[in-house]
Amino acid sequence: MAEEKKTTIKKIRSAGPMRQLMADYFKELDEASKTGSPQIAWCTSVGPAELLRSFGFLVYFPENHGAMLGSSRMAPDLIPAANAIGYSPDICSYLTSDIGSYLRKNTPLTKAFGMETVPLPDVLVYNTNQCRDVKDWFSFYERELEVPCIGIDTMRQIGDITPEHISGLIGQHKALIPILEEISGQKFDIDRLRETVKSSYECTKGWKKVLRIAEKRPSPITFFDATIHMGPAVVLRGDDRAVQYYETLNAELEERVANGVGAVDDETYRFYWEGMPVWGKLREHAEFFAEKKSCVVASTYCNSWIFEDLEHEDPFEGMARAYTELFIVRSEGYKEKYLENMVRDYNISGIIYHDAKTCPNNSNNRYGLPLRFSKSSGVPHVVINGDLNDLRLYSEEQAKTQFEALVEQISEKAK
Amino acid sequence: MTQKKKNDSKSASSDRGLYCGVDVGASATKLTLIDAAKEIRAMVVRPSGVDYAATAKECLAQALSEAGNASKLARSVSTGYGRHNVKYADASLTEIHCHGIGCYHYIPHSISIVDIGGQDNKVIRLDDTGQRIDFKMNRKCAAGTGAFIEEIALRLGVKIDEMDPLARRTDHTVRLSSFCTVFAKTEILAHLRRGVDVAEIVRGAFMSVIQRVVEMDPLDTEVVLTGGVVAYNPIIAEIFSEKIGRRVEVPPHPQFTGALGAALIALQQSTNE
Ligand code: SF4
Repeated sequence: MAEEKKTTIKKIRSAGPMRQLMADYFKELDEASKTGSPQIAWCTSVGPAELLRSFGFLVYFPENHGAMLGSSRMAPDLIPAANAIGYSPDICSYLTSDIGSYLRKNTPLTKAFGMETVPLPDVLVYNTNQCRDVKDWFSFYERELEVPCIGIDTMRQIGDITPEHISGLIGQHKALIPILEEISGQKFDIDRLRETVKSSYECTKGWKKVLRIAEKRPSPITFFDATIHMGPAVVLRGDDRAVQYYETLNAELEERVANGVGAVDDETYRFYWEGMPVWGKLREHAEFFAEKKSCVVASTYCNSWIFEDLEHEDPFEGMARAYTELFIVRSEGYKEKYLENMVRDYNISGIIYHDAKTCPNNSNNRYGLPLRFSKSSGVPHVVINGDLNDLRLYSEEQAKTQFEALVEQISEKAK
Repeated sequence: MTQKKKNDSKSASSDRGLYCGVDVGASATKLTLIDAAKEIRAMVVRPSGVDYAATAKECLAQALSEAGNASKLARSVSTGYGRHNVKYADASLTEIHCHGIGCYHYIPHSISIVDIGGQDNKVIRLDDTGQRIDFKMNRKCAAGTGAFIEEIALRLGVKIDEMDPLARRTDHTVRLSSFCTVFAKTEILAHLRRGVDVAEIVRGAFMSVIQRVVEMDPLDTEVVLTGGVVAYNPIIAEIFSEKIGRRVEVPPHPQFTGALGAALIALQQSTNE
């Protein structure tokens, strides 16, 4: 009978230490939120976290909360609460599910870490390098919690990064200093910033190594694993515990490689995932691809937390460059070149573009790129419609049929 | 509906058994039986209903009896939305793959297949050798699918099988500009209030379906139309030709191309075994 088989996903042992690390991180935030010390800064995922840590702030990332709302599948029930106060269902579903979570006083942090609420901020700091939504998102809390909202307005669609881009951004980073000094009551300390940036760079190196090990055949890790294990690189960069965590994870992955153990048994096809994960469907997607002997080995998304330009003698220039070098900030031409390198390095058989309805910024299929790129590279692709958090915008059957048809197409060609 | 093909005499090919392709779509289940010479021996279509497994089984029983009671089944391949529910299938493949194989069987060169199904549309491009170049599916919305036509028929109080003859009564097409089925129905209300002929609205509904498909792909090779909507409303192919300014091919039994493709694959797989 042609029934669908269920494949179990291979567990990564380091998930244990990672969960502990994340639990410690949230415990510290929870205590700080309750006692008022140390102070807490909310930061966008690719915002100036190092600068904030150098002032002694604990840093909380609402986008991480957004991803938790997605993976716990709480988002579809909470988004309507934000819609009802005028936040459109068509805008970022991290934003709408997070605001809905606030309005309904319901957070996945309660079940995961015993926290009653998200940690309350002393300052909200954004960088619009990824999108405008983050600024609008933080502005809601600025009004609601009466907390200052400051940030960096980065240009978008950048081709070559010019000295003019960088000098403007350095200026914007430096302009935050007096405000942060006032809020924190601390004098800015360039040496502390250097140390934090250095630690953040070390974290980047460890995380990059994790992602690059997937170039091996079979790959010891999938994109779906990586979306979980990127947690410390997102929320704890600039904190040495993240650096240590990636040493542990890399050791385990190297062991898999040495023993010829792939994340997917009999890995035959290798895919690239372009765009956001569908957070509420990670497990289903991971099982589906494993069953098809396919490994999604690389993604733009997980690579977005590699900040190599942080290594710079001037930490401000390092931050300005690192947070502008990102894929999401760049022009279509840059993106095509980037994909070309990824396809070559990871030996990719096909590309999956996720058109996330509420995140145009991470949906790179909308300006003709998939067709152009398939034509120039000969690598087939499929575009699935869905969303990062709003599962009402996703059709499981349609997506799976499209994945499967792409696998069939590639296997036919290989015959 | 049952169609019987070339089953008058028991040929040497059928002695080797029959090959079944069953396409369990969201609206209808289509089944094709072929023999080793690729001759169609039976075709059956039934509403898929809610129990896909039972419908697929009933289709098979009916097809086997049509093909001659002594016929035996050599191999089955399932496809379509409910492909994993077919208990007797030896293998399953997507409808995208099977449509490609089924169409190429009749039109063996570089083509763009446009399949208008009950719940989704597909554009599948094949090269000269029948290899798939790429494919697209519509967004998960009724716009441009059979479901849209059904909704419009309901709104107009017209039976589905009256749509085609109605549309042929006029050369005028009412423009329905909305993407959304519900909004399109509101537009229709406005047209009806103004006294527009129902025939023109029906033509407009067909044009709207075509418009949604044309937006999916440049269709730069020969266009082949398939699917139940096309089978029951041949005028769609004619309006499609007018719209793109060139001939549009419709293979024999356009509703069964997925099932035929699956049957051809069953035959090929058993030859390879
Ligand atoms: S990049 Fe997309 S998902 Fe991330 S905050 Fe902006 S709109 Fe939301």
